[in-house]
Amino acid sequence: MTTPAPIAHLSRRYRFSASHRLYTDHLSFEENEAIFGKCANPNGHGHDYGLTVTVAGPVDRDTGFVMALDELDATVRREVLDAYDHRFLNVDVEDYFDLVPTGENIVMRIWDRLDAPLGHMLRRVIVDETRNNRFEYSGPNAEVR
Amino acid sequence: MANVTISRRFDFSSSHRYYRADWTEAENARVFGLCALPNGHGHNYTLEVAVAGDPDPDTGLVINLVDLKSAVGGVLVRFDHKHLNLDTPYFTDRIPTTENLATVLWELIVESLASLPAFLAGWRLTRIRLYETEDLFVEYYGEAA
Repeated sequence: MTTPAPIAHLSRRYRFSASHRLYTDHLSFEENEAIFGKCANPNGHGHDYGLTVTVAGPVDRDTGFVMALDELDATVRREVLDAYDHRFLNVDVEDYFDLVPTGENIVMRIWDRLDAPLGHMLRRVIVDETRNNRFEYSGPNAEVR
Repeated sequence: MANVTISRRFDFSSSHRYYRADWTEAENARVFGLCALPNGHGHNYTLEVAVAGDPDPDTGLVINLVDLKSAVGGVLVRFDHKHLNLDTPYFTDRIPTTENLATVLWELIVESLASLPAFLAGWRLTRIRLYETEDLFVEYYGEAA
């Protein structure tokens, strides 16, 4: 019997720049301002987002890889970066046509975009909105720890 | 138990090459790209070592950082300013990918920590995180499948 393959978690960090506005049509302008403050300003504002994607699996004996990096890069580019980078999320990205593009919602929508294309090897998504604001999501079935 | 995690960061620099002698040049180039170039290349690695346990009631320490530093330092001296393929004995049967390097370091650090006089204090190694670059890292928790 062969020795068990170690399970490693591989993370790669990407960047995209986008604008957004925290505002919902379900509330009045005054209510939006009370909840979202300056993030509700009519014309939106932008961030340089950091996106860290973690996949996990057995380390391949031949290559020493959990997943080929070019495959991971191409998937993240195709599924997320091409749609998000240099866009106004509320207006240009269908994920947010009826959803406020908060960091919480962005990290969950990115999970949904990546999980199946990455063969369900996805374990964690981290969105850094600024250097002080970070959002992490490990899928609907994960325990928070 | 094990309700506080302490983590320390270490730096080391090494060179490596991704190449399998049992594959053709073309196959190596296809799978490993630039990493297969004949003379290797190097990285500034950063390693974070996390240990968890209950703080000692007398000292307030989970582990004495001096012990952690000497145990991990004793391992890393075998890798720092070395060529991983040529100057270490660990990659004769596997490629020195970040995944494989992380699992090798885990085994050596576990061994090194077990030789500490304070090993019986109840803490355990819970995670290592190895950065190859700022945008690429591997986490290993000692799991296998």
